[in-house]
Amino acid sequence: MLIGGILVITRKNPVHSALALIVALLAQASIYLMLYAPFVAGVQIILYAGGIMVLFLFVIMLVNVERSMKERQFNSQWVVGIIAATALGGLFIAVYTKGNNIFPNHALRMTTGEAPNTQGVAIMLYGQYMFAFEIASLLLLVAIIGAVVMAKKRI
Amino acid sequence: MESMLHITTLHYLVLGAALFLLGVIGVLTRRNVVIVLMSIELILNAVNLNLVAFSRMWGGLHGQVFAIFVITDAAAEAAVGLGILIAFFRNKETVNIDEVNLLKW
Repeated sequence: MLIGGILVITRKNPVHSALALIVALLAQASIYLMLYAPFVAGVQIILYAGGIMVLFLFVIMLVNVERSMKERQFNSQWVVGIIAATALGGLFIAVYTKGNNIFPNHALRMTTGEAPNTQGVAIMLYGQYMFAFEIASLLLLVAIIGAVVMAKKRI
Repeated sequence: MESMLHITTLHYLVLGAALFLLGVIGVLTRRNVVIVLMSIELILNAVNLNLVAFSRMWGGLHGQVFAIFVITDAAAEAAVGLGILIAFFRNKETVNIDEVNLLKW
């Protein structure tokens, strides 16, 4: 997954970056399976790798890429970007090595295995988080209308 | 194998942090807008990994439900972002971020 991530940010051709991102997403789905979350892994493969990345590839096809591949590929403020990212990386390293007593660092516990994972997620999604579920569907409606309005030729 | 390395929560968090860092580098340094949007998806994936790892550590399923909502939200934002990109490309015929300077003084 890290190799996929590195390939996403360093390839010149955006199609190569999109394929590397698909590899990273599929690797992440397998990590979700390692974390005993099969429903999230299935949602990730179907939605992310099968929906969002297909959308990205369509837009890469629409946008003319040959001309942008011949130019420089790092933008004009890449020095400040690298400095900021190094600062963020240093912060992460400081938190994860020095502050090791923040969270209990024990081996992973099993989730309560009385209900299968999908059933448990569904009970929680339609019971406790029902309001967030409805708001998410409203958000998707707004996103559909917004994307259509944004990409029209004449409003 | 007695000296097996146990994969604790910390390993997942470090992996999530590394992915987040890669995404931040991609957002801050690339010139092509499509690759910037893909780096934002990398960042959201790193956050999802953190959420699901903590959900496994504490035993409840709240983190996984939140991760599903984050995936949904990432889909919506990718769609709107790409719509804006298409509208921008229709005007200026380039996908450079450096050319997005109409509001500059």
